[in-house]
Amino acid sequence: MEQMQTAVTRFTKTPFVKKKEFNQQVARWSFFTMAILMIIPLMAIIGYLVYHAAPSLNLDFLLDVPKRGMREGGIWSALIGTIYLVFISLAVAAPIGILAAIYLNEYAKDNWFNRIINLAVINLAGVPSIVHALFGLGAFVYAAQLGYSVLSASLTLAIMTLPVIIASTREALSSVPVSFREACWNVGATRWQTIRAVVLPNSISGILTGVILQVSRAAGETAPIMFTGAVFYKAVKRGDFFPYELTDQCMALSMHLYTVTTQVPNIKESVSYATAVVLLGVVLLVNASAISLRVWMRNRKKW
Amino acid sequence: MQARFRYVCGCVTERNGNRVERKDVTITVKDLYLSYNAKEVIHGISFEIYRNEIFSIIGPAQSGKTSLLRCLNRTIEFTSGTSVRGTVMVDGQNVRTMKNVFDLRRKIGMVAPLPVGLPISIYDNVAFAPRCSGLTNKSDLDGIVEKCLRQAALWDEVKDRLHSLGTAISGGQQQRLTIARALSHQPDILCLDEFSIAIDPVTTMRIEDVLIELKNEMTIILVTNLTHQAKRLGSRTMFLYNGNLIELDTNEVIFSEKPGKIETYDYINGLFG
Repeated sequence: MEQMQTAVTRFTKTPFVKKKEFNQQVARWSFFTMAILMIIPLMAIIGYLVYHAAPSLNLDFLLDVPKRGMREGGIWSALIGTIYLVFISLAVAAPIGILAAIYLNEYAKDNWFNRIINLAVINLAGVPSIVHALFGLGAFVYAAQLGYSVLSASLTLAIMTLPVIIASTREALSSVPVSFREACWNVGATRWQTIRAVVLPNSISGILTGVILQVSRAAGETAPIMFTGAVFYKAVKRGDFFPYELTDQCMALSMHLYTVTTQVPNIKESVSYATAVVLLGVVLLVNASAISLRVWMRNRKKW
Repeated sequence: MQARFRYVCGCVTERNGNRVERKDVTITVKDLYLSYNAKEVIHGISFEIYRNEIFSIIGPAQSGKTSLLRCLNRTIEFTSGTSVRGTVMVDGQNVRTMKNVFDLRRKIGMVAPLPVGLPISIYDNVAFAPRCSGLTNKSDLDGIVEKCLRQAALWDEVKDRLHSLGTAISGGQQQRLTIARALSHQPDILCLDEFSIAIDPVTTMRIEDVLIELKNEMTIILVTNLTHQAKRLGSRTMFLYNGNLIELDTNEVIFSEKPGKIETYDYINGLFG
């Protein structure tokens, strides 16, 4: 009988338990609110932009070239310029970055030389983009005599994205368990055989995601390309996929946005908003493809 | 290949007035010191391992058992900040001066404490080592895969799904897969590092039976936390403690009521501390 009584009291709520539960609810809802708050700015920005851009947004706006001092027409020349810059800069930065990261993560011993390389990579990632721009101006435009060109601008963007690609690739590589590598070494495999058979197949999704996310960064930067190869206006044909030579100057979305919002008087408001929407759309599209690639690869992940 | 089928030649000679049984030595470790970042973890140990014996190494955690194994096949080099002094001879060759370290690692099969199925197919797991040494002939590979999986008592369970992932099978099966992989490069010496901690007693028994069979073909070094396992399987046992060799003798002596050192008796009987 007495045992029953204690058993009953044990399962009722004591004041301490009530207080504990209250604290738990407070913690839960305050964290939830903060998480929800993250969505609001994004939704507000997109909604605001799309609302104001609506009059100008159509397929013609994407495919047409700017006319009458940017006041009419579309943004094709800027869009294709951004695509040029992004792809060329990634074609340079991705191989260098991935190979360097493989060296640093898989081969490098922990000594002063490799620590200096690590330090350099970290510091390079922290350099402001305007400093990269000045470096690009000095190194590629003048010293390498590439002039103000697509190539100079792309190489500057490549230098800017390189350290982040190295960091994200190393992250992906080190997520592969060390025990896999040891198992391979124990049977007499070289480091390269180990990397090729086990490490790369299991980290490629992380590596690619890191690289793709740099696309959005390269697409959005204005300062580095403004100094090295992007111009206000360049005449191209509507819908032309290969309007620029490597040595030409080009237009770019981020630069174009800056131009139409600050430099062109009496412009329709919706044109500049529409430019912003396209830039944001490109970035979000790339991010979405990175995420879906990651999900697709994760589903094929093998442990 | 020839060496693997040479059996223990147990000739008995007279030395220093004592009857000493001379055996065919396969591994000689002499004054081995090992430091991680200037912190010494193995303090000068010397011992010999004979061909075709099961040599057990017992000792509590942090006593340098795994590090010792990694010194044998030089995978210790992959950890930065290690320094090794002393000599390790495998079949009469000093491993420190060996030119082809990959051959050394192929000579020594190594099984890690936790099962590691590589995230490639079961077939590729076993065929990985032969492929690394340049074997590409499909029928040769098929033969090796089947032989090793049979030796590791895994063939019957996986023969119908050789192309499913090595990580998709159970823990006990993965451990046997690890053993099959260690056998796939036809080692002369098989090192098992606490192979039974992640698998159930029944599977452990099956693997132990396999080991007793394999003993005829190779030398087995068994690192274990289970003193009974060492007693059951081994012929000689070494007791390591904090990087010191406390005692090394035949199982009859080590597991008797009066081993050479009182610490050995205490450790085996759980009185240590």
